Amino acid sequence: MPSVMIRKNEKGELLFYVAKKDLEDIVVSVETDTPETWGGEVEIGDGSKWYIDPISPPPAFPTTLRFKRG
Amino acid sequence: MSNMTREETQSLIEEVLEVYPEKAKKIREAHLTVNDHTIEQSKKCIKSNRKSVPGAMTIRGCAYAGSKGVVWGPIKDMIHVSHGPVGCGQYSRAGRRNYYVGTTGINTYGTMNFTSDFQEKDIVFGGDKKLAKLLQEVETLFPLNKGTTIQSECPIGLIGDDIEAVAKAQNKETGKTIVPVRCEGFRGVSQSLGHHIANDAVRDWALDKRDNDDTFVTTDYDVAILGDYNIGGDAWASRILLEEMGLRVVAQWSGDGSISEMELTPKVKLNLLHCYRSMNYISRHMEEKYGIPWMEYNFFGPTKIEESLRKIAEFFDDSIKEGAERVIAKYKAEYQAVIDKYRPRLEGKKVMLYIGGLRPRHVIGAYEDLGMEVVGTGYEFGHNDDYDRTIKEVGDATLIYDDVTGYEFEEFVKKVKPDLIGSGVKEKYIFQKMGIPFRQMHSWDYSGPYHGYDGFAIFARDMDMTLNNPCWDNLTPPWHKDSKAEAIAAE
Ligand code: SF4
Repeated sequence: MPSVMIRKNEKGELLFYVAKKDLEDIVVSVETDTPETWGGEVEIGDGSKWYIDPISPPPAFPTTLRFKRG
Repeated sequence: MSNMTREETQSLIEEVLEVYPEKAKKIREAHLTVNDHTIEQSKKCIKSNRKSVPGAMTIRGCAYAGSKGVVWGPIKDMIHVSHGPVGCGQYSRAGRRNYYVGTTGINTYGTMNFTSDFQEKDIVFGGDKKLAKLLQEVETLFPLNKGTTIQSECPIGLIGDDIEAVAKAQNKETGKTIVPVRCEGFRGVSQSLGHHIANDAVRDWALDKRDNDDTFVTTDYDVAILGDYNIGGDAWASRILLEEMGLRVVAQWSGDGSISEMELTPKVKLNLLHCYRSMNYISRHMEEKYGIPWMEYNFFGPTKIEESLRKIAEFFDDSIKEGAERVIAKYKAEYQAVIDKYRPRLEGKKVMLYIGGLRPRHVIGAYEDLGMEVVGTGYEFGHNDDYDRTIKEVGDATLIYDDVTGYEFEEFVKKVKPDLIGSGVKEKYIFQKMGIPFRQMHSWDYSGPYHGYDGFAIFARDMDMTLNNPCWDNLTPPWHKDSKAEAIAAE
């Protein structure tokens, strides 16, 4: 369960950053992304999938969350 | 564009790899590549931040070097104790030219070496007592110090000393900031992990000291300069540009920096990050905790300065945007004169770089402003994210080498035949003896600053001075002069 920092880049896209792995990529899709909840399966630019239990209300970015490998 | 084609460069890599045993060859292969603009992500073409091949001579440093030398060392009003044997601190003492203002030994301590000078008995019985005594002595001898950091060297981690406890006890006594840093040299594969550990120590022991204190009067235009190490005065040359455009520089970390500037950084509106590799961790932390945005900028060469000033101004209102334009316009005549003078002398010259974690991509713009071309570049301790950023900066089919070994670098140079090499002091004399002009791109060869418009003028002069120095024609002794032409033909 790596901790992942999620922040917005200048274009407003979400960036998925895992310090330990030097992995930084944009988030392409989030399973649940509504005003009430955020989370589920998250896919990032390199094609890998990660999972987090949906959080409600959605977290304010930037923030650090713990993801599971999906 | 490099004048070697993709195929030529690729076959050069293969040729150089020939001499390695099978296993080493496989490892090193992954660290050498030919730049390809079609690739978006560097991990598809190059491996980085991996352990060096045992036995191969590389150019890296240790985690202690990353913390003591780079991140903490230049905080001038703190005392940085090299905790462990005397050598690590003494042989690196004052090696980085981070300039600072102050009276050394009275209120600033940048170029001094403090060490606990471990002996056998400290290894056997533990060094905590010695450390506690040392910290008290420091208080008596240097009462104006604003705090102490304990920079662990290899043995500390191996014998398992509890430096945190000593630090806490001392902090209780004096109330000053005492930072234990677990940056033992054996941690990680290079100095890069030392930067990370040092950043984490800043976060845990120093950064939040003034969180509940609002006595510092802030403005809307407060910024902090992170990761500019003031080599030869770099940060000063950058600072004046920011101030001229109307910003207020509250903190200059690690380049004429002080602990109080560090503590005030969480109150700024924008963190300006020059060296991404060594300071991105703390910038990300401040973004998360205090909501301070950060941006990478590049103050090498007028093209990049102009881009960066505009990008910085984007974060502020119109008065700053106008300020940026004003600064650009003000210096235009100055840098144009520099380009007009030096470009004809340097046009078309080829440069090979091999530097630490930022400059292999950041200085490219400055060379291009002078009409020069970077034909090979590489990082000692860059990570994937650095190579991601590099792919876009260098030309297609350029040779890229990660954690290059002494042998590979020499062979590349022999084949690529650059007109100038920019790397560190360890590489300097080898290449100079091979007859190739060389500039130290870590310490600016005792010159500098190179940042900002003022720095660009010095940069251009230095490159010209080195490249067009008449001495390169006199390397062959007169009694060999006649046979020189034949020797080349025979090669
Ligand atoms: S690797 Fe260890 S012993 Fe060597 S300089 Fe670094 S801290 Fe000192």
